[in-house]
Amino acid sequence: MKIDFTINGIPKTVDVPENMPLLWVVRDVLEMKGTKFGCGQAACGACTVHLDGEAIRSCSFAVQYAQGKYITTIEGLSKEGKLHPVQQAWIEEIVPQCGYCQPGFMMSVANLLDKIPNPTDEEIDDNITNICRCGTYYRMRKAIHRAAELNRS
Amino acid sequence: MLVIRCSETRTSNNEIRKQKSEYQKTNIEYRNYMGKKSINRRGFILKTGVGLGVLLGVGVVACGPLRRTIAQKVVEGAPGYKNEYEAYIWFELQPDGSIILHSPKVEMGQGIFTALAQIAAEELEMDYHNIKVVHATTNHGPIDALSTGGSLTIPSLYQPLRELASTMREMIKINAAKLLGVPANTLALKNGEVIGSNAKLSFAEIATKSTEWHLKIENLVLKSKKDFTLIGKPIPRIDLVPKVKGETLFGIDSTFPNMLFGSVARPPVFGAVFKSAEAGNAANMPGVIKVIIEDNFAAVVATSRVQAEAAKKALKINWAMPDKLVQQADVEALVRVGVGKDVIIQKEGNTGILKDDNTFTKEYYSPLGAHAQIEPNGSAAFYQNGKVVVKMSTQVAKITRDEVAKALKIDAENVDIQSQYLGGGFGRRLQTSHAIEAALMSKSVGKPVHVFFERSEEFQNGVLRPPTHNILKAKLDANGTIEAIEHHTASADVAFNSTLLANIFKPLSSSVAESLVGADFGAWRGGMIQYKNIKNYSTTAYHKELPFQTSWWRGLGLLANTFAIESFMDELAHHSKQDSLAFRLKHLSDDARGNSIKNVLKAVCEKSGWGKSLPEGHGMGLACSIDVNTPVAQVAEVEIKNGQIKVKKVTCAIDPGIIINPDGVKAQVEGAIIMGLSATLFEEVTVKDGLATPNAFGFYPMAYLRDAPQIEVVLLSTGESPRGVGEPPIGPIGAAIANAVFNLTGKRLNRIPLQSYMT
Repeated sequence: MKIDFTINGIPKTVDVPENMPLLWVVRDVLEMKGTKFGCGQAACGACTVHLDGEAIRSCSFAVQYAQGKYITTIEGLSKEGKLHPVQQAWIEEIVPQCGYCQPGFMMSVANLLDKIPNPTDEEIDDNITNICRCGTYYRMRKAIHRAAELNRS
Repeated sequence: MLVIRCSETRTSNNEIRKQKSEYQKTNIEYRNYMGKKSINRRGFILKTGVGLGVLLGVGVVACGPLRRTIAQKVVEGAPGYKNEYEAYIWFELQPDGSIILHSPKVEMGQGIFTALAQIAAEELEMDYHNIKVVHATTNHGPIDALSTGGSLTIPSLYQPLRELASTMREMIKINAAKLLGVPANTLALKNGEVIGSNAKLSFAEIATKSTEWHLKIENLVLKSKKDFTLIGKPIPRIDLVPKVKGETLFGIDSTFPNMLFGSVARPPVFGAVFKSAEAGNAANMPGVIKVIIEDNFAAVVATSRVQAEAAKKALKINWAMPDKLVQQADVEALVRVGVGKDVIIQKEGNTGILKDDNTFTKEYYSPLGAHAQIEPNGSAAFYQNGKVVVKMSTQVAKITRDEVAKALKIDAENVDIQSQYLGGGFGRRLQTSHAIEAALMSKSVGKPVHVFFERSEEFQNGVLRPPTHNILKAKLDANGTIEAIEHHTASADVAFNSTLLANIFKPLSSSVAESLVGADFGAWRGGMIQYKNIKNYSTTAYHKELPFQTSWWRGLGLLANTFAIESFMDELAHHSKQDSLAFRLKHLSDDARGNSIKNVLKAVCEKSGWGKSLPEGHGMGLACSIDVNTPVAQVAEVEIKNGQIKVKKVTCAIDPGIIINPDGVKAQVEGAIIMGLSATLFEEVTVKDGLATPNAFGFYPMAYLRDAPQIEVVLLSTGESPRGVGEPPIGPIGAAIANAVFNLTGKRLNRIPLQSYMT
């Protein structure tokens, strides 16, 4: 099935099985590897992308529903060569260890800050439900607050 | 381009002991090649006799203490292992003056690439930004014959890397002297330049203008600790920006042009063995390139992953099923103190004074656990003309290479394992069967093939952390001093039955290796009594194999054994109405090891305000451990809300010796605490009808951001060399939390996961 969408500002047409998860279209067909496979069941958030401004878990999202939509992946998070405030905060707080889950986290956090510019700890806890196994959470929380601060300035 | 190779000769047991003095006897030859054509076959060879090398225990008659020595070597900081002659490329000086450093150890988040760059740049007197650290492939660069693990990377590479880097520094200096026409001893290196009184040359100029590299270095002088300008600095990790941009490629991200996707039939339950298969309708399904059915293997290769998966389900596979499906009760009956082979691993004095009527006895349990690294295992292989390249995440590149070679019946040098960044390791990537699968499929279809483990297969067909059962017994005298203490620790395979153990002791069979080692040193890691101021103490390890594979997990037995010992110490202190800190201090010896533990205990109590009054509803718990000679103490502060244990803060003091990067050490401590907290509070796999349960994220409960405490780390640094960091801080966390819950509520939780036993 032919499906059209715009990804990181670039229009694309793919010809793939309609039930193929968006994740595998992004990774295997478009060969953009920043969006990660973790669990295949929308439980860990490693595959998080933005679809028309909403954070979705692309491993459990059939590509047919992306028809005509605007998708942003980690590769498109920075604009015009400038890092997104979330990425900038991630660098300042030296968050990543292995780094594998981090794109999904940053996509989730960027979306959270779009909706709640200055989240409380409780709002962060309720909204950021990705999984990091290296245990970078402590720095991550600091980075989320820092990103909110960068957004304000 | 200048390349330094380091090769090693066969090492013997005696050489292990002499290793340090060998560092001084470095015998150096060298060779030069410029450009692509004029490769001089006698090129740079740096014979250090060190590198990664220690040979362990082959042909040694085993006895108790020696067994322990052997196991200790593997567990507690032996600098790796090497038993073959191979030439290694470590450094490449590029025409632009930058240096490529080929790391034999893999980056799985521990920050070693950064630390290695710091160590090398320190001796090379250059900007660390100009050192590009890459994974050595098995065909190019140093091969690590052991594994990346055991918290050994920095302890094992610190000295050899400094020697190699300083050798290179001298080579550069000598060539600069020639180019400038001045004596080498009038030159100094600074910021990637060689500076003389009247002129200077950049590394780039030296690299491009030199036509030959002659050198004989004697009395290699390494920088002294007081002159370090980069070692000890908290520089940001060098892989930080690519990781934040999502550019870093991990094993599962590997591709080749025109790559196909494979899906492999893996056993549906523990104990099931492949017998035969029929293609059924699979071959006719959309996208299918080939159905592969071999003696012990059935798979589908297709143009997309979803098509391969769908077609695999259409295969008709005949599994030889086990007589009886494994159940949780079987697991619990097998892993129990008193069951299986028992080996005394530690004995001092006589614990025979412990009698039923005078002894304080407690027991502790931990369950099966999963690594649950976020990157599932996956690899891409391309077989062409009798050679295969595999790109993947592995902690054991050489073992993976040898296994692929054996499966494909080709020589090991025809297999190139190209390690990528690891999306977490934690011991899971010591088993790399998917490399064989990808290579077999690529050979069968003549094109590159990618394969990976579904998350459910990670649980069912990967390996699990074994469960444990510990019993501790002690007798206190009238002063509340421990007269005798006995520790009994039961577990299933960690090191035993692992390819890593078999490789360490090659060519011995694994059963001979196991009898040499005695007890499974992975299982009893952290299980020895460290309170040496007690007159009578002993530890006995019990081992029983389970009907499915259990193996290495971050820290191995350290978390469970420390949970038992340190919970017990708190129970004893409470029982005899003594302060937890004072009780520990008085039972630690006054030697260097005992004092190192006392120091971290005192430091953590000072920083956390141990004994201070806490907010209503808060409680603190203390615990300590020593692993790979790195002492760690932690204080956990908890509160309980609606029956949920909430860890508010963890304070940790650690003494890892020389610290290469303080921020990297702190990150490892924070990570170990959170991973250990997750395992302690939430995680459990049980077995039902031969199935690992649960087998999915979301159902396997792990710590989320909301569960992470505030963490404060106190770094101590004593000694003249670096010790391990990756695993030691996972030791005390379980007991620190359990002790805090007890101090707050009076409820003693003796089973991990604690949260499951709160009600």
